[in-house]
Amino acid sequence: MKLRIGLGSCGLAAGAQTVKDSLEAELLNQGIDIKVQPAGCVGMCHHEPLLDIIDDNGQIFTYGHIDEKNIKEIIEEHIVAGRPVEKHLVHSSRQPNDFLNGQLKIALRNCGIINPEVISDYMEQGGYKALEKALKQSPKDIIEEIKRSGLRGRGGAGFPTWFKWEAARNNPGEVKYVICNADEGDPGAFMDRSLLESDPHSILEGMAIAAYAIGASQGIIYCRAEYPLAIKRLETAINQAREKGLLGENIFNHNFSFDIRIKKGAGAFVCGEETALIASLEGERGMPRLKPPFPAESGYWGRPSNINNVETLANVPWIIANGGEAFAAHGSEKSKGTKVFALAGKIKNGGLIEVPMGLSLKEIIYQIGGGIKADRAFKAVQLGGPSGGCIPASLLDISVDYESITSTGAIMGSGGMVVMDDTTCMVDVARFFLDFTCKESCGKCVQCRIGTKRMLEILERICDGKGRAGDIELLEEIGQKVKEGSLCGLGQSAPNPVLTTIKYFRDEYEAHINDKTCPAKYCKALIEYRIDPEKCKGCNLCAKKCPVNCISGEKKQPYIIDQQRCIKCGNCLEVCPTKFSAVILEGGGGEA
Amino acid sequence: MNCCCQYKSREEIFSQDNIDLGLIKAVLEKYRGDKGNLITVLQEAQEVYGYLPLSVLKHIADVFELKPAQVYGVATFYTQFRLTPVGKYLILLCQGTACHVNGSERIETVLLEELKIKPGETTADGLFTLSNVACLGCCSLAPVMMINGQAYGPLTTDRAVKIIKDLKAREISEGGEPA
Ligand SMILES: Cc1cc2nc3c(=O)[nH]c(=O)nc-3n(C[C@H](O)[C@H](O)[C@H](O)COP(=O)(O)O)c2cc1C
Ligand code: FES
Repeated sequence: MKLRIGLGSCGLAAGAQTVKDSLEAELLNQGIDIKVQPAGCVGMCHHEPLLDIIDDNGQIFTYGHIDEKNIKEIIEEHIVAGRPVEKHLVHSSRQPNDFLNGQLKIALRNCGIINPEVISDYMEQGGYKALEKALKQSPKDIIEEIKRSGLRGRGGAGFPTWFKWEAARNNPGEVKYVICNADEGDPGAFMDRSLLESDPHSILEGMAIAAYAIGASQGIIYCRAEYPLAIKRLETAINQAREKGLLGENIFNHNFSFDIRIKKGAGAFVCGEETALIASLEGERGMPRLKPPFPAESGYWGRPSNINNVETLANVPWIIANGGEAFAAHGSEKSKGTKVFALAGKIKNGGLIEVPMGLSLKEIIYQIGGGIKADRAFKAVQLGGPSGGCIPASLLDISVDYESITSTGAIMGSGGMVVMDDTTCMVDVARFFLDFTCKESCGKCVQCRIGTKRMLEILERICDGKGRAGDIELLEEIGQKVKEGSLCGLGQSAPNPVLTTIKYFRDEYEAHINDKTCPAKYCKALIEYRIDPEKCKGCNLCAKKCPVNCISGEKKQPYIIDQQRCIKCGNCLEVCPTKFSAVILEGGGGEA
Repeated sequence: MNCCCQYKSREEIFSQDNIDLGLIKAVLEKYRGDKGNLITVLQEAQEVYGYLPLSVLKHIADVFELKPAQVYGVATFYTQFRLTPVGKYLILLCQGTACHVNGSERIETVLLEELKIKPGETTADGLFTLSNVACLGCCSLAPVMMINGQAYGPLTTDRAVKIIKDLKAREISEGGEPA
């Protein structure tokens, strides 16, 4: 029997370390000699902390939401008596849950299975075999294999990987670089973090294969500083690989030398853009540079450099080991293989998933994701973060591949998928993203620097109930100019969240501007919390919970909210007992 | 718009604080000579001092043979760097997309009310600094905040306030010297 606990950032945040400690203490206590293996994240973040029990037949039983209380029961019933505790099980080999069933794991193949801090775990799964195999072929063959696989960059743009490698290979230079882009800037996405934390060696191996293919001897991982655990595990992995001779001089006794170092980002979204990333690596302000020359020609310190996203690189060893055709067998015509998505927002089963390209959004959200939290109405799903857009319910049948998603006005992006329900205001979402891009604009291009600011001001006044006739058209016009007049992808795509919400949710904009109402009842300036005197029984709960003490009344008499002082935090609505339901949220327009 | 120098001379601005520059001697030794390491040096200096005092920026500029303005430019470009001291507890409140959709603004409203500060500010007792950040990578636990490296989620307004109150109570019972 084996025990495994997920210790990714999400597991740790949910208390997995405490659970592991008490599990170990309890096992010791009972004189049971089984080691608890730490692992990365299997993606079922909504059930964290997770405990896997793997019996001697290899059957896996996954327990969710384990805590100090139910751990005892699981030990006594399952580990000692061999009777799985059904009520705490969230998944088992016998009864796979829908969340894992609909998935196909290539990039995430080892996540949650191996101990990311032990290199032999990775090697037992076939790790570094692909590198060994690659070194027996010519770099040209490797690039051909990647071409056959149809692999496209997972960092957002979807550029064919083989093409970039070939360009970097063909550009002459004594010193070339392979750079791994682990800056993961999309707020609301965590695919790369999870990969780095759960399977760091697959990234190192992918980088080594890329380096061999293009003729590079040095690798750099640019990782955001907000991911301390990922950085720690990468450092451990690099040291272990060096000790085993898998990094360093003459790898596998081949005339190939390669080493990797880590550079920590310092919190700037634009540094995910490859030329800005290079500027940052060189110790400068992360401002994008004009392309061409592309990094493949003149990158880090002016040398040919190849930049790939974490997930792109994680696919590489699998492709070399299993062949390009095996990868290309999955997915749609122009988008091959699988894609990892971070499902978040108003979704029941939030977490990390990997699915073949070409599945529909509906299948992902309803079958794998389990539908909308509290069974509310689906409104939109946001793809591509600040560069992407919101896709409405009417397009849920669309196939998830690069071309189809782009046709909606959104982009595939790096894999963030934030689900929104009827309580999400789409004008506010647009304002939220513009606030982000406006702050993150590096300031180099006038259109991006000032255009995003003006767009933000207009969106703010619409949310504030001060929108004017013509604002929608003005947003569209400025948006178009910002797209045309910006140097890098940040500005070129910053208007997307605004333009797609106008395209699909124009009525919400109009309600804000013309009727001064927020249909989702979200925008503070347009809503009011009131207490229905007929229903209020004067229980005093809301007054106690009001952070600004603006609710007053006599016990057993109806209470009143002082609208002047109300900060609209919504606490009163939350605490009012359902049997009274006396607090009403007004402002949606029409209904009271 | 205010001029950042407030009419003082450059020397005056960059040397006004009482800071022991010797604390980063080893860091500078390790990285000197390669200006590509500037960001790493700033990160390590911030770990030493808790923030980046202007005199430290000037010192780094001298050692790296760069203009102070260039180092200042880098330090102000990246959100990780702080030019002012922070409280004993640094609250990173996530305002990423997933947290926003799950009500992070409401959490912010009550936290600011509880702490009586604005975003980015530090409480008068020097205990808490609240900083809004974009995505801590635990989106499935949204809304999330992180206090000195420990993540908390999913938050409700109640739970968020309780966490702060507990920390305050702990400070008082331990008689901890406010930072
Ligand atoms: C504003 C902006 C932010 C970006 N952020 C990221 C990022 O966080 N991670 C990433 O891998 N690529 C990001 N990219 C894309 C990179 O520029 C680049 O295309 C990618 O790293 C190439 O790797 P790939 O071909 O493997 O996708 C960003 C692009 C732009 C314009
Ligand atoms: S959006 Fe808040 S943790 Fe990702």
